[in-house]
Amino acid sequence: MNKLQFDFLVDKEKKQLIVNREFNADRQLVWDCYTKSELLEQWFAPKPWYAKTKTMDFKNGGFWLYAMCGSNGEIHWGKMNYEKISPIESYEGRDIFCDENGVQNSELPSQYWQVNFKNNNENTMVNTIISYKSLEDLEAILKMGMKEGLTIALEGLDELLLKLKK
Amino acid sequence: MRRDIFQAIADPTRRAIIALIALQAMTPNAIAENFHTTRQAVSKHLRILTECELVKQEQQGREIYYSLEIEKMKEIDKWLEQYRKIWESRFNQLDNVLAIIKKKKK
Repeated sequence: MNKLQFDFLVDKEKKQLIVNREFNADRQLVWDCYTKSELLEQWFAPKPWYAKTKTMDFKNGGFWLYAMCGSNGEIHWGKMNYEKISPIESYEGRDIFCDENGVQNSELPSQYWQVNFKNNNENTMVNTIISYKSLEDLEAILKMGMKEGLTIALEGLDELLLKLKK
Repeated sequence: MRRDIFQAIADPTRRAIIALIALQAMTPNAIAENFHTTRQAVSKHLRILTECELVKQEQQGREIYYSLEIEKMKEIDKWLEQYRKIWESRFNQLDNVLAIIKKKKK
């Protein structure tokens, strides 16, 4: 099988994180995985973390209120407020850190997501642009990811890759 | 003016230059031979990379050789790579979910 495209770029000038990833599935299926909470929960959190949904209302003005749970009992609540949904084409939303009731934690940065879905023969290309208000916000998110132990044990990743190859 | 490292590595040509000189120090001419662009464009890229201390220059005889500042690359590499791994991991998990769903549909 050909290698699936994966680009990960930080554009400090535009204050954006650009992530492009190709998937071996049709657009409807990939769209579902990004927009249905029961599917999102299966992949959104990097192991050993897992995601749990409190509320999902995927529509303009709706939101996904979710918890990222760590292996040591850590819980980080997040809320993705959805805007500009064009089914199986694109959606946009503001992702914030919050408490279990969805009340925003104003001390932490928010991120604006723009996600596009395009056909690439039988595959689907997903382009994600995440924009930040400032470079400090971007750096804070990057460093938080490391500090909170969101780093992936290489053994875990290898194991997953082995399973995929079977 | 000290440049942003991230802006420096956001450009694909500059990333390619970094990959080239990571293997061995090269002169600007030798570097330019690898790209479908002018020697001036390459010089501009090299200047940007030098300004943010990702590459260093060494005079050898009449030529200037550019080489990679490994420690500097490692610095940003470290936390950028960690973050990239998070994304890589979740996408690998998504690959798995998609494969399982497709199998079930058959």
